[in-house]
Amino acid sequence: MSWQKKILRVNLSEGSSSIEPLNMEWAKAYLGERGLASKYLMESMDPKADAMSPENVLIFATGPLTGTMASTSGRYAVVTKGPLTNAIACSNSGGKFGAELKFAGYDLLILEGRAPDPVYLHIVNDHVEILPARELWGCTVWQTEEWIKARHQNPLLKIASIGVAGERGVRFACVVNDLHRAAGRSGVGAVMGAKNLKAVAVHGSVGVTVKDPKRFMKAVAETKDLLESSRGRKGLTKYGTNAMMDTMQEFGGLPTRNFHEVQFEGADRVNARAMMTSKPNGHVNLLTNKACFGCTIACGRIAHIDERHFTIVNRKEYWHASGGLEYETAFAFGPLVGVDDIDALTFAGFLMNEHGMDPISFGGTLAAAMELYEMGVIGKDDTDGIALEFGNAEALTVMAEKTGKYEGFGQILGLGSRLMCEKYGHPEISMSVKGQEFAGYDSRAMQGMGLGYATSNRGACHLKHDVFAEDMEDQSGRGKAVPCKESQDRVAMIDSTGLCLFTTAAWGVEEFRKQIDAACEGDWTEERLIACGERTWNLERQFNLAAGLTAADDTLPKRLLEVPAPSGVAKGKVCQLDIMLPEYYEARGWTKDGVPSEQTRKRLGL
Amino acid sequence: MKHVIIGAGPAGIIAAETLRRADPRSTVTVVGDEPEPPYSRMAIPYLLTGSIGDAGTHLRRGADHFAKLAVDIRRDRATGVDVGDRRVALAGGGHLDYDRLLIASGSHAVRPPIAGMDLQGVENCWTLADARRVAAGARAGARVVLMGAGFIGCIVLEALAKRGVELTVIEMGERMLPRMMDDVGGEMIKRWCESKGVRVLTGARVGAVSAADGGLELALDSGESLRAELVVCATGVSPNVDFLADTAVRIEDGVLVDEYLCSSVADVYAAGDVAQGPDFSTGERRVHAIQPTASEHGRIAALNMAGGRTRFRGSLSMNVLNTLGLVSSSFGLWMGAEGGETARAADAERFRYLRLEFQADRLVGALALGLTQHVGVIRGLIQTRVRLGQWKPQLLRDPLLVMDAYLDCTRRRA
Amino acid sequence: MHKSLLIDPEKCTSCLQCEMACSFEHEGVFNPAKSRIKIFEFEHGRRAIPYTCTQCAEAWCLYACPVEAISLNMETGAKEVAEDVCVGCKVCTIACPFGTINYNQDTGKVIKCDLCGGDPQCAAACPTGAITYVDADWTGYDRMREWAQKTHSQPSA
Repeated sequence: MSWQKKILRVNLSEGSSSIEPLNMEWAKAYLGERGLASKYLMESMDPKADAMSPENVLIFATGPLTGTMASTSGRYAVVTKGPLTNAIACSNSGGKFGAELKFAGYDLLILEGRAPDPVYLHIVNDHVEILPARELWGCTVWQTEEWIKARHQNPLLKIASIGVAGERGVRFACVVNDLHRAAGRSGVGAVMGAKNLKAVAVHGSVGVTVKDPKRFMKAVAETKDLLESSRGRKGLTKYGTNAMMDTMQEFGGLPTRNFHEVQFEGADRVNARAMMTSKPNGHVNLLTNKACFGCTIACGRIAHIDERHFTIVNRKEYWHASGGLEYETAFAFGPLVGVDDIDALTFAGFLMNEHGMDPISFGGTLAAAMELYEMGVIGKDDTDGIALEFGNAEALTVMAEKTGKYEGFGQILGLGSRLMCEKYGHPEISMSVKGQEFAGYDSRAMQGMGLGYATSNRGACHLKHDVFAEDMEDQSGRGKAVPCKESQDRVAMIDSTGLCLFTTAAWGVEEFRKQIDAACEGDWTEERLIACGERTWNLERQFNLAAGLTAADDTLPKRLLEVPAPSGVAKGKVCQLDIMLPEYYEARGWTKDGVPSEQTRKRLGL
Repeated sequence: MKHVIIGAGPAGIIAAETLRRADPRSTVTVVGDEPEPPYSRMAIPYLLTGSIGDAGTHLRRGADHFAKLAVDIRRDRATGVDVGDRRVALAGGGHLDYDRLLIASGSHAVRPPIAGMDLQGVENCWTLADARRVAAGARAGARVVLMGAGFIGCIVLEALAKRGVELTVIEMGERMLPRMMDDVGGEMIKRWCESKGVRVLTGARVGAVSAADGGLELALDSGESLRAELVVCATGVSPNVDFLADTAVRIEDGVLVDEYLCSSVADVYAAGDVAQGPDFSTGERRVHAIQPTASEHGRIAALNMAGGRTRFRGSLSMNVLNTLGLVSSSFGLWMGAEGGETARAADAERFRYLRLEFQADRLVGALALGLTQHVGVIRGLIQTRVRLGQWKPQLLRDPLLVMDAYLDCTRRRA
Repeated sequence: MHKSLLIDPEKCTSCLQCEMACSFEHEGVFNPAKSRIKIFEFEHGRRAIPYTCTQCAEAWCLYACPVEAISLNMETGAKEVAEDVCVGCKVCTIACPFGTINYNQDTGKVIKCDLCGGDPQCAAACPTGAITYVDADWTGYDRMREWAQKTHSQPSA
């Protein structure tokens, strides 16, 4: 009920697959998706293993509510050890692939080993094939989807795949499903590439059932209504996530030119309004909005690039619509690298989807390269003759493509900012935590965000905690530790349900509880749900500690700790991590070295 | 007005019902020579597998259906027609006078001229009575030879295999379904059948059948001989037109009818398997012995018999078949049109195949294997002669986009 | 007056709530593969078209059925498949020029939209009003019907 109680384990080295019963004890302790996959990961591999080695394990995980009528039920997570961070990676995606995997009858797909030659996985319910992908190796994500559907004469297949970036080990390569939805962060696509796995194609007709259909449908109707009438939901539907651009610009939390500034003079040319506004020649960037599976919000943007724009004027193959800018892409290709050309941003966004890369890390790495260029550390000889200056739109799109195709300087950018900056002897230029680049929130203006970034188990991430309201209200580090910890646990729980974090625009824990309780066996209280989240967080932490990370990795770049914000509400302030972190460890029940105490582990059953 | 309908199959019954609505004060008499209430041959395979009983084959539910409609169903057989006197002679000795006559007498199974085809244990599988005899002989484990792997043969094939017999199929043609599938599709179906434990011999001929050890022995031209307890003959059907021999009604492959389903003789119409009517794809006259044509023929003939003037725009040859779980379908000029172009997508390993045939930028025919969703749009595209425009090159590349092309083209029109 | 499903593709976000609602209503399980309404997406999701039976007056499926398994619900105007009568011959699936009656390999029967007996769940579940259930006059189905007519009245030139 709601869980399919089945996992598919594929050993790529041996070319074998087996269907196993789901460990229900673990399911009840970790729900699904992020939590459950983390548990399986921990039990399936040595955390010390090299992320790019066959010993790493790659897990695609649905949640108990994935594929149900609950709003936003299309989520799945890709959990593995990330090559960008050498820490546990958990990347969440929507689209239709996750629900399809669930409809095929699986809670989890566990991939082990490394195929001797490139392969893809073809799954139709219980029918599982590991098929040669020689012809697909070197193809883009978009070509791969088309090829597989045609090959199997099945337009109903949902496909998650990697591009050349993933094949060649770009450290922030992602897994793209349904053309422009991605399990984006920490380089999960590079792990897939290292396993010689080009794609997973799945069609399912088993379906999903719930424990108490009548109660579930009632809970679903109520929670949908709540979401429908909420202001947050309406904003997301109308403007998409890029509405955030104005908030951060006004606030002074918009990282600009590799965090040298916190406000961007070109923000109003790349914000949500700009996407909707007609250019003098009549072109409008935004075409429509589209939803992931089951989602009644539909924040996804569908956009097209002006055919006369320099990026595609001679490239008709891009004269079509595709996934448009969401906030993180707009931030990373706009303010962060100083570019205000919305068509260039959109094109670079297309390229990320087409070649399978994380726009946040690519933008962060490019921004670092631009800083190195402007410092004179690298020059045109290094950058294939391109002037890597902040604000150069061509540099953005050319480098995006080079990185996607793993050509020239793109191979250096493909290292991610940490390794790249270390290579050039300037590790301080990399704006990252545990090797993963920041999202579009400056932690001098948003202190709780800073703590969240520093302690996130997958490196810098804005989606693993939620202290947004607290940060907007108060720009000091005081009192942020407890709400940060509590929101991390809450978010870890939500990430384990199969639903989308954006529902929290209207939903509290109770809304998740009543849907879970009607769908899944067992009695579910809010406390029990939160405990699943806290358990997950601590398990992820244990994975990282076992992998060799320490409290020293729970930190931020000096630029945020020592260089005051130049403008905005936090003008003159730095991130007070030194105040927040000890409080946080205490709130977590961890030692001062950031290790879960025995008592904490006992309490959580770890 | 007196309407007489010869034949109680789908064409005749739909005509009778249509006449009742369109011409309420007329008398409608249907003459059928089988003992059962009007039934559908399409349902026979399901009767053979036991998934339905006799009643499940009936064209209409409810014992009093025809009585309520005041349609007189008479069990008898037409032996002749006097088109001058407008009178049908019946085998039972009586006769029926008509103002308008519909010939919907269908067809009968024919056996090839091979020695021993009249032996006991050789059966057709065409009527309900045949089906009962086949069922009696096709016991689990029995050795059964099916002669003919055309449409009818393949329908029966599935039913026989499900009964657990040891089955051998013998087809004269070089492939299975020679008139419904091309080499690629025919070969896939053959391989599929073989993978399910059915022996399939194509390009094979039976030289003679003889009695042996209480069973039958088939001598093949190849020299091989086969033993069987039951031989099911599905080698072909022929229209029931003997009773028209002495009339002016023109007959070629069937009763020739014009676009109003009227024969060469005024007030004599024909519909269904016996009718050789306009073919949508070629404009020529063809016998399309398929259920949808029977139904459309019956309806339109009746409207015209009732005094209307409804034109029949031609029937589209199409078939759908389930061979041991592998669904195949064919439409229109699937073998291609002169000067046309072909798109193919085949996955032999997974038994999937789609072939589209174009003339200019219109779809004129198609074959599909393993396709069960939205397959009807192929008919829609062919029969509305929709111009595919920019979709044609895309379909040539990837015929699977046919549903997308359909939606896009029809929505553009709407 | 019968009501009909009014489809406005402009409003469709392709969330597939309709497909889940349909399969849940008919099969008791969330399973878009068994939905009688289907969303088709074009150009990386730029357009999405909900597609199901229009309950056309020609009723190709109904007339093609050899065993009278498809009948007209006088109250709703829906053409409904009686599962216990359907033998699974699939003739209706090739006869329907809209491709909106489909074979279900699991049951060996065909399935199509039945308007949920007058309370179509797809419309109830649609969050954007892309699918609504309204008086037939409003649906613009005359255009669809025109198309249906064309299927058998096109001159064979």
